[in-house]
Amino acid sequence: MKPVIEVSDLKVFYEDTQALNGISLDVYPNEILGIIGPAQSGKTTLLKVINRTLEFTQGTSLEGTVKLDGVDINSISDVHGLRKRIGMVLPLPVGLPLSIYDNVAFAPRTSGLRNKSELDEIVERCLQQAALWDEVKDRLDSLGTKLSGGQQQRLTIARALSHKPEILCLDEFSIAVDPITTMRIEDVLKTLKEEMTILLVTNLVQQAKRLANRTAFMLNGDLIEIDETDVIFSDNPTSQSTYDYVNGNFG
Amino acid sequence: MNSTTEISAQDMFTETAVGKQNRYIENAVKIFFLIMTCLMILPLLLIIGYLFYKALPVLSLDFLFTNPQDNMRAGGIWAPFLGTIYLVVVSLLVAAPIGVFAAVYLNEYARDNWFTRIVNLAVVNLAGVPSIVHALFGVGAFVLFAGLGESILAASLTLAIMTLPVIIASTTEALKAVPMAFREACWNLGATRWQTIRRIVLPNSISGILTGVILQVSRAAGETAPIMFTGAVFYKAIAEGDIFAYNITDQCMALSLHLYTISTQVPDVTEGIPYGTAIVLVGSVLLVNAAAIVLRVYLRTRKKW
Repeated sequence: MKPVIEVSDLKVFYEDTQALNGISLDVYPNEILGIIGPAQSGKTTLLKVINRTLEFTQGTSLEGTVKLDGVDINSISDVHGLRKRIGMVLPLPVGLPLSIYDNVAFAPRTSGLRNKSELDEIVERCLQQAALWDEVKDRLDSLGTKLSGGQQQRLTIARALSHKPEILCLDEFSIAVDPITTMRIEDVLKTLKEEMTILLVTNLVQQAKRLANRTAFMLNGDLIEIDETDVIFSDNPTSQSTYDYVNGNFG
Repeated sequence: MNSTTEISAQDMFTETAVGKQNRYIENAVKIFFLIMTCLMILPLLLIIGYLFYKALPVLSLDFLFTNPQDNMRAGGIWAPFLGTIYLVVVSLLVAAPIGVFAAVYLNEYARDNWFTRIVNLAVVNLAGVPSIVHALFGVGAFVLFAGLGESILAASLTLAIMTLPVIIASTTEALKAVPMAFREACWNLGATRWQTIRRIVLPNSISGILTGVILQVSRAAGETAPIMFTGAVFYKAIAEGDIFAYNITDQCMALSLHLYTISTQVPDVTEGIPYGTAIVLVGSVLLVNAAAIVLRVYLRTRKKW
């Protein structure tokens, strides 16, 4: 199968510290790739490279290539178009200071979509997909910032889906969300996998075990191991530190 | 539990010596700060009360809408009043857009490099330049070099240069008050910087930006030095009641300079006139500031996060 994302020998530097030490991995269509590892291991940096938001951080530089559908993302001149092909959900939920409707319609509108009925359809579909529709369908014009934390995180997911991404990146989405909402979002991800590829960065190794087809273990900027989730969580993964981490012996 | 070390629930709430002392200090400090706050309000009330009392004999609508008469010993303040309005409006029309857009660039686009550091340094230093130095710059740059002559335009541009750094600083503060997470969320959605600014940043910082700009009205209206050599004159009669009586290439009278003139240069002025002039100047400034406060309060009630 042809990979959607091909990362080869990726090195990232923040001024004089190195965040990624030459990482190579492929991501295949319609899989959930779990990325686990302790803090400071470079997981978030990897996501920021993929949608090129690392550029907003001053003093960063990178070597190596990241290809999306075979095209080097750093050669793409339409960076905004690239970001629209990738949905990004950050650890802390951020409702934009707009109505719930406008939050979800934001990205389609920036692409020039003005047709009311098309926007209505997108808003409903995305809120449905994010398991938020039933709770907010009667108050779409109230502020997104006034929702509870768990609802705002689902709003963030709805927003990330609004521009029909091929890849959905979730960066520790459950950090500010209660366990029940977390389970609901996990169910959502299992369905979304049919339509898109999902990169799931998570601090909860059990979450990766539950959801991911394959899991990558990162440590201090190195990719220690990437394999079928069953193998990573088995009694004999290739690396001893993988075994120690998933079994809670450190990290 | 050993009964000798047992403490009854009642004992736990008995005030200790330290607790009592802390409570006295707390009260004393609070009252001290309250007195300082009242001391701050007192001069303002006294000034306005005194001006108002002294100005009462001359205050009327006619005072506002007639020109000074009899070598400025009698009559009203129409020409300087309208002149000040012209100077303030024209200077803000120049300074506000440049200041606000420059601040947007510095905050939303510019990276932290030697250029933006120099600009920021310039802004800080420009804000600290005395107004008489701005006046000399205005004479050199606008009156002589640009060939505008002594005119409302030259004086307004000088005032604009003076207010510009403060507008940039206040706009920067307003923009920084919009959380960075909103911008990042927009960028992650593939929005351009401009789309982010237009839909999220500006709508949520406009109250702070406008307040900052409006507060510069009082500075522009109050300054005498920058306009003295660049466009304000001691006396000029204009059509009474006609708000288009000045042309921006004309020289004009101004309230601040007029007040100075009739207080120090003209003998035998009717007693109430300088006070009336002062109360109009202070009153209009307070009115504009009050408008800024009302606007800010109104927009804050609609705060979205």
